[in-house]
Amino acid sequence: MTAPVIQATGLHRHYSISDGMFRKPRVLRAVAGLDFALSPGKTLAVVGESGCGKSTLARMVAMIEAPTEGELKLDGKPVLPSDWADLRQSVQIVFQDPYGSLNPRQRIGAILQEPLTINRPNLSREERESSAREMLKMVGLRPEHFDRYPHMFSGGQRQRIAIARALMLDPKVLVLDEPVSALDLSIQSAILNLLTELQDRLQLAYLFISHDLSVVRHVADNVIVMYLGRTVETGPKEAVFETPRHPYTRALLSATPSAEPATRKDRIKLSGELPSPLDIPRGCPFAPRCWKAEDRCRQEIPELTGTLNMAACFFPEGVSDA
Amino acid sequence: MSLLRIRNLSVAFSTASGAFQAVDAVDFDVDPGEILAIVGESGSGKSVSMLALMGLLPWTATVTADEITFDGKDLLRIDKNARRRIVGNDLAMIFQEPMSALNPCFTVGWQVKESLRYHLGLDRAAQHRRAIELFEQVGIPDPEKRLTAFPHQMSGGMNQRVMIAMAISCKPKLLIADEPTTALDVTIQAQILDLLADLRNETGMGLVLITHDMGVVAETAERVSVQYAGQKIEEQPVGPLFNKPHHPYTAALLDALPERAIERLLPTIPGVVPGQFDRPTGCLFSPRCKFADATCKTTPPATAGTDLGNVRCHYPLNTGEGIAS
Repeated sequence: MTAPVIQATGLHRHYSISDGMFRKPRVLRAVAGLDFALSPGKTLAVVGESGCGKSTLARMVAMIEAPTEGELKLDGKPVLPSDWADLRQSVQIVFQDPYGSLNPRQRIGAILQEPLTINRPNLSREERESSAREMLKMVGLRPEHFDRYPHMFSGGQRQRIAIARALMLDPKVLVLDEPVSALDLSIQSAILNLLTELQDRLQLAYLFISHDLSVVRHVADNVIVMYLGRTVETGPKEAVFETPRHPYTRALLSATPSAEPATRKDRIKLSGELPSPLDIPRGCPFAPRCWKAEDRCRQEIPELTGTLNMAACFFPEGVSDA
Repeated sequence: MSLLRIRNLSVAFSTASGAFQAVDAVDFDVDPGEILAIVGESGSGKSVSMLALMGLLPWTATVTADEITFDGKDLLRIDKNARRRIVGNDLAMIFQEPMSALNPCFTVGWQVKESLRYHLGLDRAAQHRRAIELFEQVGIPDPEKRLTAFPHQMSGGMNQRVMIAMAISCKPKLLIADEPTTALDVTIQAQILDLLADLRNETGMGLVLITHDMGVVAETAERVSVQYAGQKIEEQPVGPLFNKPHHPYTAALLDALPERAIERLLPTIPGVVPGQFDRPTGCLFSPRCKFADATCKTTPPATAGTDLGNVRCHYPLNTGEGIAS
């Protein structure tokens, strides 16, 4: 096994929310203690509902925000905000909305060349242009697209442009923040294929953030299930999907509609909603919605336990009958 | 007799660059107590056809149809005031984004009571009682207190419940749900879909579910109509549609689902949905279809019979005994 490109230990990100002039600011724990590693050529998928901190995680890995606590290592060296400008070249991000993430007043050629203009100042104009054209071909766009503006493209093509821009600096890690959720089904599969091909060719490490479990099941190698800023379950994709151990993972899997009309399964109905991240319950964050919760769950925070897929639960699934 | 019967509905928008055909000769039938799903990608005209039924389209739209009958009333020839009494009362609709569909300036209680006042003419006390009853029915905890909340004080799932409460406040005979769960998380989506199915079982209303999510369709719908570029290309009960799709587009769409993938690379549909200027002359799907030949490119296919799911294709798939595989 190759050494991980990115290694995170105990990552936290807190925000302080001002509640008016004379009140004490409150602390929002968006990410509260995450450990993970990204390896070349592998995809780590992060799933969870809105508000679970998965986008904050993406922003920390892409060095848009500094972690409040914990350590992020890139190629074994700690990532410090003072070195961000250089290190960002190896970690690039693709955003969810391809309509909002491209400058409408720049031509595609200019969009693709901008990273080079900023980070490789000694390249000549011809070199920049030829590498931008090469990248255009690599993501499956035609040469004549070079001089067009973003509004002339469909959503799928724009997402290709966003991916091309992210790849201009030969990054090692690509952070994909819901890259296909704004796209139609027939376009989505083409973009997923492109990502798979690029990963095979360039040995990229992907941090794939998504709420769509069927997409995650297709692309991921390893999975992290997040709930209110914490990992509730993590492990290889097969283990997490076949034998989920945390009740939340099971509920999430059972709530995902499957495109097989015959298999109308019994959904696990979760009562209630995600508590506000400002007011995370004491003990296990999932306890208020969990059907197995006991007194202990409301007092202590469970640690990740297990061998293949680890779950943060005092009463993990499938243990009693094993 | 069917509750809703639409024949040959077309909607064209006049734009600066000419007319744009958003809905093209579409037929629908909904029976009382039935769940019909309309599936399609963005731009397939699935929302527009239902907005036309509700009379919610802007003035730039030209709606033509041979027949629109709802509950025995001819909506094409009815006058504006009579239509206003039906829409929101017997015929209700919920929208995709509960946050933007609710008025941020009024409490949700006020907004729910508005339709009770307007359509049913209840007095204040009766409105209040009924509003609490409705909130309980859609599963909003602590309804008395929630009535005085503003939309921004509630979560997306709760706001969608308010929308549903408003829509069912007058006991509609038909509820149109336009992507009711697209903006919601999966666990909340499961709650809302169960709620809609339960309401259907209790009240016997018809339900039209507009969605692009094949999983939602498979688990909720009874009959499915597939739209592509404004046309209805296929309609079948949910089981056969997923197992034996007749139209190549339906088949390709199902193959492109990640959960049905067998290999690492997914099957794809090349090209994009035709827009205003590149509408093909023959079959609208022919530029992207792997089975298309010269006939498909020149002659628009006729609609086949109900035994073939009204498929609009020259060479429908899975046609029974003649199948080679």
